[in-house]
Amino acid sequence: MAKPEPETWGEVPGSMEQAAITTRYTFLDYIRSRRFAILLIIMLVISAILTFVFAYKRPVEALVDPLSFYSTWWGMSATFVVALSGIFFGGDAISSEFQNRTGYFVLPNPVRRSSVYVGKFAAALIAASIILVVFTLITVANGVYYFGFTVPFAFWESAFFDWVYLLAVLGFAFLVSSSFKSGAYSILVSAIFLLFAFSLIESLVEDLAGIEPWFVLSYASQIVGNVLDASYPAHVQTIPEMFGAHVITLTVYNVGVGEGLVILLAYFVVTSALGLYLFERKEFN
Amino acid sequence: MSNPSLEAVGLSKRYGTFNAVSDLNLKLEGSKCVGFLGPNGAGKTTTLKIFTDLIRPTGGHAFINGANVHTSKKQALAHVGTVIETPEIYSSLTPREGLSLICAHRGVPKSERRKKIEEVIEEVKMGEWIDKRTGKFSKGMKQRVNIASALLGDPSVLLLDEPTTGLDPRGMSEVRDIVKALKSRNRLIFMSSHLLGEVSEVCDEVAMIDHGKLLVYDTISNVTTKFSKGGDTVEVGLIRPLGAGVLEKSVASIANVTSAERMDDRNLRITFTGGLASQESILSELAKLNIGVVSYRPAISGLEDAYLDLIKETL
Ligand SMILES: Nc1ncnc2c1ncn2[C@@H]1O[C@H](COP(=O)(O)OP(=O)(O)OP(=O)(O)O)[C@@H](O)[C@H]1O
Ligand SMILES: [Mg+2]
Repeated sequence: MAKPEPETWGEVPGSMEQAAITTRYTFLDYIRSRRFAILLIIMLVISAILTFVFAYKRPVEALVDPLSFYSTWWGMSATFVVALSGIFFGGDAISSEFQNRTGYFVLPNPVRRSSVYVGKFAAALIAASIILVVFTLITVANGVYYFGFTVPFAFWESAFFDWVYLLAVLGFAFLVSSSFKSGAYSILVSAIFLLFAFSLIESLVEDLAGIEPWFVLSYASQIVGNVLDASYPAHVQTIPEMFGAHVITLTVYNVGVGEGLVILLAYFVVTSALGLYLFERKEFN
Repeated sequence: MSNPSLEAVGLSKRYGTFNAVSDLNLKLEGSKCVGFLGPNGAGKTTTLKIFTDLIRPTGGHAFINGANVHTSKKQALAHVGTVIETPEIYSSLTPREGLSLICAHRGVPKSERRKKIEEVIEEVKMGEWIDKRTGKFSKGMKQRVNIASALLGDPSVLLLDEPTTGLDPRGMSEVRDIVKALKSRNRLIFMSSHLLGEVSEVCDEVAMIDHGKLLVYDTISNVTTKFSKGGDTVEVGLIRPLGAGVLEKSVASIANVTSAERMDDRNLRITFTGGLASQESILSELAKLNIGVVSYRPAISGLEDAYLDLIKETL
């Protein structure tokens, strides 16, 4: 059968361009949505609490030098902000297309599902990166207030690692959101994993099984805090601890920087690919 | 431009052991409107979803303009406009933004987008709302924007799943006019509907489906002659009771009347063949009889009769 002749309209754009189109409109939707505002407020509240605690309590150990400051402030909060961003922007990115029926508007067009997936991922990444950049700026502003412009290089490393962690978190959240057709379930499941379950699995594996939890996302994310320690912790530490009359040796694993980056990137690649595969196969019914 | 076409080859969709669509073979080609009829759960929406790659068939293939919908989606859907199952636009976007998104995906040149969007929004009478966020729109308002989106980029094929659901009476009639206008511009329109009046008004052909199986695909007039028992029916209201014998002697013998029966003293039911032309001539013959005709209106259309004959049960 003959191919349809080209119309007077320009040809359908390439898949990368369509991904960029998806990004533009999804980002517009994110920026206007209430959840962007809510996340921004949560992040500002966390910043305000930290600012207040440092300004009025002046914790001595945290203010001995710039590294301790960044380690305390950023080490306590950076991965949490990333996990929240992942839940907010990725938690129902794909499931909402089914539940809110927006997929019926966009997908019966000459556009591949992969373009929509990649485009939405990029939009979520940009929105979450904005939150992360604002949080970084507030952190540095406080650091500058106490120590002047001597921001330790380790902090920039840590900020970069946190952003790599964001890639992994969004990959994971997109995978979860591709597994459900209900936005509420997918947000709930990614929240449970990113806020509790990964840490729980990590400590169970480490403490009870005594093996290195290299396959757990939260384990890899520790490079964000570790790199801010005065000296990077040893890979394996054995700590004797008293349980009543017994002495038990606990084995503690600390993820190395290279190892952590590899795990985070592997999470990003594997979960993104798996999520896309699920989305491609999912039916609108 | 080549003829727009749509083809199902052995198309099936099974859910477990249930056949939602089974071995559907159907080829539509050329500029026309084809009504897609069938009871609830017959498989109409399922078929249209397969044609837009929203779901995958468990057997067979769907082609639009010669391209396989699943394996060459971009080519197949390049010139297709759809409204399937009341879609939603991202709620914070306005109709203008939602439609620009569609224009961008379809490759409508940037310089033409604004004009084209305003044109289609005007066609569905949503001009006043073009820059308001769609999230708070009523169901019918959303459906109007959806119909506008299907018109973007001058599609050669339109797939519409009950396009007038949720619209007010004027909206329905406006959509019918839009569809009729499209037909004249080398468009193939495939439209599911439960409104037989709507279908006989705008469509040239019908495909009827039941339990996932195609029952008939033909022109409306062929379907009507083949399957409706006596063609069209009109109900005639009289100002006074009919005199004895008039019904049998005079009314029943008017040309093209196949049967005439008395419903009560002042109401007759006349079945006839020959469509609108004979509907008109019968009325003038009745007037000549001077039996006091005060009303004359179609009761069951031939299409409805055929539908009821072909589809005996629902579900
Ligand atoms: N996900 C699913 N799982 C099982 N059965 C399904 C699924 N989706 C649809 N069906 C069944 O497929 C059949 C066809 O449904 P479809 O929506 O195509 O009907 P329809 O002709 O559009 O009906 P209506 O006129 O009510 O819109 C129905 O019996 C429905 O129950
Ligand atoms: Mg339906």
